Amino acid sequence: MGQTLAEKIISAHSGGPAAPGELVIADVDAALVQDGTGPLAVRELEKAGKVQAAHPERTVIFLDHASPSPRKELSNAHAILRDFARKTGVIVSEIGEGVCHQRMVEDYIRPGDLLVGADSHTVTAGALGAFATGMGSTDVAFAIALGKVWLRVPESFKIELAGSFTPGVYAKDLMLTIIGRIGADGATYKSLDFTGPGASGLTMSERFTLANMSVEAGAKAGIFAADAKTKEFLTEMGRPGDFSPIAPDTDAVYEKTFTFDLGKLEPTVSFPHTVDNTRPVGEAQGIKIHQAFLGTCTNGRLDDLSIAAGIVEGKKTAPGVRFLICPASRKVYRAALDEGLLGIFVDAGATVLPPGCGPCVGIHQGVLGDGEVCIATQNRNFHGRMGNPEGFIYLASPATVAASALAGEITDPRRA
Amino acid sequence: MDALNRAKRAMPLAKGRAFKFGDDISTDHIAPGRYFHLRNDLPKLAEHTLEDADPTFASRVKPGDFVVGGRNFGLGSSREHAPRVIRECGVAAVLAKSFARIFYRNSFNVGLPALVCDTDGIEEGDELEVNLGSGVIRDLTKSTELRFTPIPDSMRALLADGGLTEHIVKHGTFKL
Ligand code: SF4
Repeated sequence: MGQTLAEKIISAHSGGPAAPGELVIADVDAALVQDGTGPLAVRELEKAGKVQAAHPERTVIFLDHASPSPRKELSNAHAILRDFARKTGVIVSEIGEGVCHQRMVEDYIRPGDLLVGADSHTVTAGALGAFATGMGSTDVAFAIALGKVWLRVPESFKIELAGSFTPGVYAKDLMLTIIGRIGADGATYKSLDFTGPGASGLTMSERFTLANMSVEAGAKAGIFAADAKTKEFLTEMGRPGDFSPIAPDTDAVYEKTFTFDLGKLEPTVSFPHTVDNTRPVGEAQGIKIHQAFLGTCTNGRLDDLSIAAGIVEGKKTAPGVRFLICPASRKVYRAALDEGLLGIFVDAGATVLPPGCGPCVGIHQGVLGDGEVCIATQNRNFHGRMGNPEGFIYLASPATVAASALAGEITDPRRA
Repeated sequence: MDALNRAKRAMPLAKGRAFKFGDDISTDHIAPGRYFHLRNDLPKLAEHTLEDADPTFASRVKPGDFVVGGRNFGLGSSREHAPRVIRECGVAAVLAKSFARIFYRNSFNVGLPALVCDTDGIEEGDELEVNLGSGVIRDLTKSTELRFTPIPDSMRALLADGGLTEHIVKHGTFKL
């Protein structure tokens, strides 16, 4: 019987054909924790007397959420993690190197890998044809120490994509539309296979945006076949040898199929306070904003910055609007510098932040005031997400965010 | 409090009051990101448990009580701190119509039962009796009875050991 991508990869890591619903103990190729989840993982390993790493060269600790640290408790958490790395030989991705998920796909993940991470957006690496999923600190702690994890083999949904985007419409609009259709829990426990001519037509960066937000539909993983574009990306990252092709079988069995025509989409916005509360941008037109945020593991890559820079070039951010730009990694930052994008942002009155999570999770850099409204390229708009339960977050594409920063209100980028 | 929790969890029968919440309670409601700096101090972080859904929860909850949610309880981030602070408050189990996947897994890993059942009929303050062994939940206030979806064997094994760390300490590896 044919297999989905999740079934293929899990089978290859658990020594037999893995069928949906089965519980397996799987081998882990790579693991990550970040500064919010890592200290608890370290504590559990200390408790169990297992301060060790099965694959230190592919275990990465990211200091990215509170980066640079805004307070002593977090500096101390960073110290705990650096110390664990010294003892076990695992890799530390330091302050300023970037968001975990962006760095994993740039430097570590290969098609066919099984990655677990103590961060829900670990699913991002699915865009490279890997089975990548988020878990809690204790699960990942033992995945690091023992190189193994327990998994329930998920059923899969097929997300069939056709056509190509019209001007002003981007991968973010597609993913918000998908989540709006499936619902925030519509794919809980399921794995998504993104397929069809629309999927192969997407750039790697667009695929990362889609895979990244799979978890916002509840999914355990969101996976693309590894194809010529994947190979090109890995070559660009200096790791051509890491490529191998993988694709779902043509007779793979899916629990459900959803079809989307990219050419029929509109710029889309998620209204507060759930990601699946999506509406066409026209319904948000005119909502006054206080802050616009471009960055994160969802949309902080070079193409995202470049789209936004194209919109704000030679113009000024609306008075009273804070426009925050946070490149997802040092690599992205450097390229944006080389291409003159950062200069364009600075001239437009924006503030460029160091690579990392930035204001996304409400720890520092851009916490909202009471009643304030932010339009952001991030993946979540939950109550309290940007550090204040009295704030309101709208999610949109980099183009919509840039157009809104100029207008001072949520704006259809096709009008800018 | 930890020893008390463990003793409570060992008992298949738990009795306490219901704290009722709606659909889509996220990990940001349960363990808000603005308390990120308290993550290595669970008792302190637990003082803010569910703060963004009900600011009075942490001061009112007593050991043995239940958190009762609607659909997709625990959605959002992978922070295991979310079920940990709930457990830290002494909550005997979380009942919900459905759970987000990572929260569900984390709950059993930290020894907190997450039970799937139809919570519509349960109201804030109802006295509940939950029998983990038989799968029966009795609402003593309303004199009604419902069943929760059976806990998978692997999760039951984790609960019996007190969580994943204790499971690994006991068996040296995964024995699920
Ligand atoms: S950028 Fe935001 S969503 Fe991505 S890892 Fe950082 S906090 Fe999480």
